[in-house]
This record gives sequence, structure tokens and C-alpha cells, in this order.
Amino acid sequence: MSSSDNNLMRWFRGAGSSQPKPQEGSKSAPRTRRTCIGLGEFMRSLISSGENKTCVLDLGPTSPTNIALLTEMGVRVFNEDILRESQDESYCVKQEDGTLEFDPTKFFAENLNYSADQFDAILFWDVADYIPESLVKPLVERLQAMLKPKGHLLAFFHTKDAGVESLYSRHHIVQKDTLELEPLQGFKLQRIFNNRHIENLFKDFASRKFFLGRDNIREVLMVR
Amino acid sequence: MWKPRPEDSKPMNMNPTQPAQPVPPPVAAAAPSIPTQQKETPKASDPHRADVGHIGKSVQIKGELTGSEDLYLDGSIEGTVDLRDHSLIIGPNGKIKASISARDLVVHGRVEGNITATGRVELRKSCTLIGDVSTQRIVIEDGAFFKGAIDIKEKSQQPAETRKPLAVAASVGMGPGGSTSSSSSASSYSASSDSQGSFLDGK
Repeated sequence: MSSSDNNLMRWFRGAGSSQPKPQEGSKSAPRTRRTCIGLGEFMRSLISSGENKTCVLDLGPTSPTNIALLTEMGVRVFNEDILRESQDESYCVKQEDGTLEFDPTKFFAENLNYSADQFDAILFWDVADYIPESLVKPLVERLQAMLKPKGHLLAFFHTKDAGVESLYSRHHIVQKDTLELEPLQGFKLQRIFNNRHIENLFKDFASRKFFLGRDNIREVLMVR
Repeated sequence: MWKPRPEDSKPMNMNPTQPAQPVPPPVAAAAPSIPTQQKETPKASDPHRADVGHIGKSVQIKGELTGSEDLYLDGSIEGTVDLRDHSLIIGPNGKIKASISARDLVVHGRVEGNITATGRVELRKSCTLIGDVSTQRIVIEDGAFFKGAIDIKEKSQQPAETRKPLAVAASVGMGPGGSTSSSSSASSYSASSDSQGSFLDGK
């Protein structure tokens, strides 16, 4: 996808400005807790997924809490911090005008190399709001291919750029329906998805369930 | 004429400029005491234990590394590392591109390769691990970077009645609010099938 296409996509998605707002948070930003109905449903789907070892892919930053909780449930946990990986400039190619454009092909050559139908569930968190524009669509397609039929994918989307409140966070599952959000520095909100965009992006999934929180977070539970 | 002094019996520090390195304390599991050798057992404060092999940070190895003793590895290795029933500590300068097989493993440095441990794996906050882990118990400190899969294996030979329930193990590792009972300043969490202490706990 060319850079002009990306800008057009951003405009359609209502991001307001093509330039993301700078982050205002500090290192000492406290952890906050939120109850997540979507997460509760997601966790229940893991419990009832049968005798074979359930495979879950966590696409957020490494969370010891998540690994502890999921492995104690007998789940095989896979972890890839794709946002951090996507910041690597080696995945970019230089354009004619000298700017660097993210190349998904290069990225997928070294990341998310899993077989089709490998995962019972994927924790996507709010990664889609922060990754490079050209990675969004191919990433969703890749995730759908990696997910088993009837597998669940949990994603969060910011409903508005709420400054400090929209900081990228590490999500710790402290209870089966409660998250602890640990704000992380260095990542800028790239776009805001509305419901229509989310439905289009995940149109190949069998179902999408939306949960709108009061904290400007939209939880979406997708079933392949 | 040179006369041996008591402190000369200690292993010489080959790298005095190096900061204090994580060295396992003499826990019974890692260093079984043998009555006939008690005089030679190093003190807990020794920087290098006599029964722990040491590979310094300037050492580079390509090939197969096997051993039948505990090992502290701070250098670079490309190939395979096989310690089977012994412990391996990868120091902060360690850069490993190898599949690792050991009983217990502590990672401070960088590992690219799969890990198979029959005991416990600890990923410290400075560590980067790219590969799959298969172990019975795992401890991951906050800040550790991990890319791969974690497979917790049950003890197959241990009688079921001696095992502690998973819920008990969870309460040891995790406190309310994600806090921890660990004495370390960084929070760490444990996913384990029992609540044994680390062989580094006495550090």
C-alpha cells in the first residue's frame, strides 16, 4: 500500500490529523484496573475448549501475570510483542521521496510464522491502534489464518484520542474478567477505528461482539 | 617461598573489574553436600563456587557444549548446550544462539533458541529470550522480553499425592494487584506446579 493510500485510509477512519498526538504520560503513570466483559467471555471460551492443550497467542508486551495465569489453566502460551517488533526500522524500505515506509512482507518474514489454524485464541489487545498503517490489514488477515475455526480473538480499540488515557498499555490479566493496565512509553496512537471500520477489518470473522466501556475503550470479541 | 594462605584456596577472580555477578547460593538442591568434602565447600559469599563451571564474557564457543556440572555462562555460544541434570546460569553478557537442555536455568542475557528444562526456568528482567520453553516451572520477572511459546510440563514420575495444587502455587507467586511476595524490587511471578524456592533465592 502506498503512502497516499495510507493517508486516505487515515482520513476515512477519522483520525483527525495525519500526525498522531504526542504522548503525555510519564514513567510513573500508575497502573489502573478495569473490568472487562469481553475478557470474561474470552476466558470462558478457553476453559471450555476441550481436552487438547489450548494454544493462546498473546500479542502484547510480555506479561508474567498473563503467562502465570494461562499456564496454570493448562494453556500453552505464545507471546510476540508485535508492536515493539514493528518499531524496528529494518522492516522499512526507503521511498523515492526519502521517507521510510513500513514493509509488511519483511515483517512477516521474521514474525508471526505459525501454521494455519494453530491457535484457539488470540489476545490482540489494542495493538491495532498503534501499529503502522500498512501493517493493519495484512496483520488481521494473518491472525485470522492462524486462528482455528471458532477460535476467539479479543481486541481493544480506543474510541477517542484521550491523551494520557490512550497510552499504550501492557495488559495484565489479574482475574478472569479484570485487567490491570500498565502504561508504556514510546508508542503513539496512530488512528481511531469506529465500529464500521472494525467490522470491515474483521469482516471475514464469523461474529463480532462489541462491548463499549466508559473509559473510551471498545472491547471487541471476534469468533472465526 | 610462597606459602599457601587460607584465602588462596578460593578460586581466583579472573575478571576483577566485572560487577557482582549472579551466582547461585549453595542451596542443597544445587550443591549436594558430601561429608568427606565438607572442608573444601566454598563459602556462600564466594564469587565463584568450586562446583560451578564458569565461562567468562570474552569466551566464544561454536559447537556442542555438554557437561555434568552446574555452569555459569557469560560468553557467546552458537550450537547446543546440554547440561541435563545440572543448572545453567546465563549471565548478563551471555549471548546464546543454541538450543539449551538443563535441569534449572536462569537467564539474565540473551538467548535465541529453544529451552528444555526438567526443573525450573527463570527469566530475569534483563533477559531477552526468543524461542520456545518447555519446563515444569517458570518464573518471569517484569521487564523480561520473551518471544515464543511456553509449555508447562507436569511431573510424570512424582506421585500425585505429593503434588501441591496449582491454586496454592498461584497464591505464592501472585499477590493482590499484581504485587509479589518476592523480596526482589522488580515484581516477578511464578507459574509452577510446586512452590520450591529458587536456587538463586539466597543471593
